[in-house]
Amino acid sequence: MKRVFAILLCVAMMLSMVACGGNTAAPEADAPAAEGDKIVKIGVFEPQTGDNGAGGKQEILGMQYAHSLFPTVEIGGETYNVQLEIVDNRTSAENGPSAAAELINRDVSIVLGSYGSGVSIAGGEVFAEAGMPALGTSCTNPQVTADCEVYFRLAFLDPFQGTVLANYAFNELGIDTAYTLAMLGSDYDQGLVFYFKEAFEALGGTVISEDFPEGTANFVSYVTNAKSNNAGVIFAPVSINYAQLIVEAAASQGYEGALLGSDTWDNNKVIEAATGTDIEAFVTTFYQEGGAPEFDTGIKEWLNANPDMLTNNGGNDMIAAVTAIGYDAYLTALEALKLAGSTDRAAVLEAMPNVSFEGVTGLIEFDEIGDAKRDGAFIKTANTVDGVWDFVKVQTVE
Amino acid sequence: MNMTKKKTIFTAAVLLVLFAACVIVDLTLPSYHIAVTVIKKATVYALVAVSMNLLNGFTGLFSLGQAGFMLLGAYSYSVLTIPDGKKATVYQYFENGGLPFSFTDIFGGIFGEQVGTIVGMLIALLIGGLLAALFAFLIGLPVLRLKSDYLAIATLGFAEILKAFFQWNGLGPITNGSNLLKSYPTFNKATPYVIIAGLMIALIVLLINSTYGRAFKAIRDDEVAAEAMGINLARHKRMSFIISSFFAGIGGGMMAMYMGTIAAAPFKSALTYEILLIVVIGGIGSITGSVLASFLYIFSSEWLLRGLDSGTFLGINAPAVFKNGFRMAVFSVIIMVIVLFFRKGIMGDKELPNLLDKRPKSRKKKEAAGK
Amino acid sequence: MQELFPYLLNGISVGGQYALIAIGYTMVYGILRLINFAHGDVFMVAGLVMVYTTTALPLYISIPLVLAATVVLGFTIERVAYKPLRTAPRMSVMISAIGVSYLIQNLAFYITGGVPQPVTKPIPFISNTVSIMGASTKMVTLVTPVLTIALVIVLVYLINHTKTGMAMRAVSKDFETAQLMGIKINSVISVTFIIGSFLAAVGAMLYFTNYPSVAITSGGMPGLKAFVAAVFGGIGSIPGAVVGAFIIGLCEEVIKGLGYTTFSDAFTFALLIVVLCVKPTGLFGEKVTDKV
Repeated sequence: MKRVFAILLCVAMMLSMVACGGNTAAPEADAPAAEGDKIVKIGVFEPQTGDNGAGGKQEILGMQYAHSLFPTVEIGGETYNVQLEIVDNRTSAENGPSAAAELINRDVSIVLGSYGSGVSIAGGEVFAEAGMPALGTSCTNPQVTADCEVYFRLAFLDPFQGTVLANYAFNELGIDTAYTLAMLGSDYDQGLVFYFKEAFEALGGTVISEDFPEGTANFVSYVTNAKSNNAGVIFAPVSINYAQLIVEAAASQGYEGALLGSDTWDNNKVIEAATGTDIEAFVTTFYQEGGAPEFDTGIKEWLNANPDMLTNNGGNDMIAAVTAIGYDAYLTALEALKLAGSTDRAAVLEAMPNVSFEGVTGLIEFDEIGDAKRDGAFIKTANTVDGVWDFVKVQTVE
Repeated sequence: MNMTKKKTIFTAAVLLVLFAACVIVDLTLPSYHIAVTVIKKATVYALVAVSMNLLNGFTGLFSLGQAGFMLLGAYSYSVLTIPDGKKATVYQYFENGGLPFSFTDIFGGIFGEQVGTIVGMLIALLIGGLLAALFAFLIGLPVLRLKSDYLAIATLGFAEILKAFFQWNGLGPITNGSNLLKSYPTFNKATPYVIIAGLMIALIVLLINSTYGRAFKAIRDDEVAAEAMGINLARHKRMSFIISSFFAGIGGGMMAMYMGTIAAAPFKSALTYEILLIVVIGGIGSITGSVLASFLYIFSSEWLLRGLDSGTFLGINAPAVFKNGFRMAVFSVIIMVIVLFFRKGIMGDKELPNLLDKRPKSRKKKEAAGK
Repeated sequence: MQELFPYLLNGISVGGQYALIAIGYTMVYGILRLINFAHGDVFMVAGLVMVYTTTALPLYISIPLVLAATVVLGFTIERVAYKPLRTAPRMSVMISAIGVSYLIQNLAFYITGGVPQPVTKPIPFISNTVSIMGASTKMVTLVTPVLTIALVIVLVYLINHTKTGMAMRAVSKDFETAQLMGIKINSVISVTFIIGSFLAAVGAMLYFTNYPSVAITSGGMPGLKAFVAAVFGGIGSIPGAVVGAFIIGLCEEVIKGLGYTTFSDAFTFALLIVVLCVKPTGLFGEKVTDKV
């Protein structure tokens, strides 16, 4: 019996290898049959689970909302129905390659995503091999696009963001000692801290840097360290979950300085943690609610009409910057498809650098590396009474 | 034709067919195709699973440090092979980061670029394995004296410590701290993975069939009896630990190759557990089982059963049931069933050639009577 | 001293939480000689149940519900995954434990959708901020060690002065002989798991109250560290586990205070390896001789 079972397994394995050959051929064979109802697929490479699951879901919401507004696109004189192919990259870099391969397997024309840089870099290697154009959303590490011909990006970069925050802390808040906190093993955290430190020290300040291991639940000792070092600001560019913990620890310890966060902090969970406390928190982000009123009211209506979507957004209809970026990413993809005049990924890739249009997060154009030309970041502060992020200013760096 | 000859031919034929299938996949499909990706990942897992089986299944040492040794292999491979020209961008946060030399450049200078890169890659893999073996020797000195479950927890702890060190910014100029290492050369096609892993597994098979292998098994079956038979326990345990770690290190290097980018974060205890469960599915003490289970596991989890997570499976559309995580939930139930009711796994302790064995009638009868 | 005080305070709180988990490990190990890898995940499930019940039900219903659900889970795990393997080699049981841990995590992943579940201050009283000797902290910091020590005293009393407790001691001394003496091994083991899970549930409620969300991996690290604490104190000994847990909690926080934050986890494991190699019986453990 065992033997038969084992042989059967071998056969199944071989069959599956053969089957894959058939898989790729199938969609091409189907395409001409369904004439008049042409489909173009846009891949979504986002985390839906893991540490960045909540953020990834908000980003997907933006794309889905845009898709509900613009379900078709004119390519080369013909109308195509757009289909979103969403694949979960599970936040972590080790799942990047197979999730990317899965998207290519589904024969998409362009890929959007991801939230988080590590997984984007890992996926980028596969996209580059396949010549698949990819449009990074809120991944901010320079390496995503630096060494990757096919990767473009909408967000600003870590060096920019880190410098903006350092300038803000030093010049506007008038602080000369900063305490930074990053998770061990997170390239996002470590990268931002690096640029912050570089800029802050160049301005003449001192920086104390500490790391915490993954899964840390208790940040009291870290906040105490910041206090005993007389740091006027805690800069912690960490993921949403840890940001909440740090806010709570700072509040319970009566930390008197300011908390500085990066784009991940611009989330309703973080503001919830801060509401009712007397902490002071500042974040940099891509979008400020009210920046595009039509988009704001539209997406709020859409979210409220759909309980599942509302849950994915974290339970209320506050618009996260990543949702706006997701919305713009979808529109950028449509622009690129129109310019390319074809659903062929090589043509789309060629068209990408020429995209230029006004999105809700500002004018979208790419430089020669493939990064969006952005020269300003929104700075917001936590309104701990009403539980919202209040706009402070647009900060630029010369 | 006698039985042994038959067996050899059978084994060779099966292996050849599988190899040919892999070459065909490589030739007909582009390198980014999911089938190629999955074969690559499965071969890496197969090698690591076999290395773990050597220790847990054949020597009876319950160690959970595999992820740590893979980490060593993966890092040495990538650190040694990142080309000089790419170091500035990879080590973006560490000035003059990286080693002052790169194997790909050194051997590229000697043998020409293409051959040199491959030679450099292979040597880096080997060094990764040797480094893992060296660490195994050092950590083994105190730890191998411990009893089964203490050994498990101590090796697990060792892997965690190693991870913290590799993420430490103090070692950053070499390990790049918490940031990814990338831009090192990799094989695009699946065939090189199959060849390397195949060779390594063949070496393990040779080892198991040698005197040492028999000594390992004796230790597993009864330590006291083995010692009484004149087997040097400490020496053989240490040897098994070092050899297993060597192959885990090579597996880690191949993992780095497969992933294209590497960081310390994925090498956590969950990875060790995953591999251990693959070994259990395949059958503790069967090399064939470990390989088979790795392929089955990776094929279904990464590809065939993806539908379980995304709404539609086998044409059934039920997004409420087939949502994120269903695939892994189904898997873990299967694993528990195997652990509890089919404790021998797919292959028990049988190997590929044993599939031709006829079971003696008398034994069959006895089993039937026993039931 | 004044500078060190906040760290010590925090360390005692963390230690108390580890202690409640560590008791579960040490009791199970004492009787079955099994590292119950799933114990950390039971702890995590208790946290999840708390999240789900406290949002829907009032406290006086939800707290008993969390305790009951966790106890049932612990009991079921023992009956389904460990009992059938009573005569199997120790390695099989340990693999089964790892399998259960994997199963619980994946099921929790499926149920939660893989996204950390937000905790919204379920037990308001213990989240209040108080200040002692110039260091401000949450109420839970004070409640945890007191509650832990109270529970341990009750537990030790039970073990030393009740019939079940006597049976437990007998089983942990000698499995077979106890069986021959007419002790119902299976019910004794079940009781052990029930007590362990109960304490883990209490620990989870104290631990996750201050945590913004429960993720499926939240149980892993506290679980491992609690196990280290149990080994450190001498596995099988309940007071040992508690002392070990407090020492580890304190060391961890003091190390953070000294500025070696990168290695606060690594230190715990290094301590484990050193203890295992130098004094495998831990602080209070009894010496076990191997029988051929």
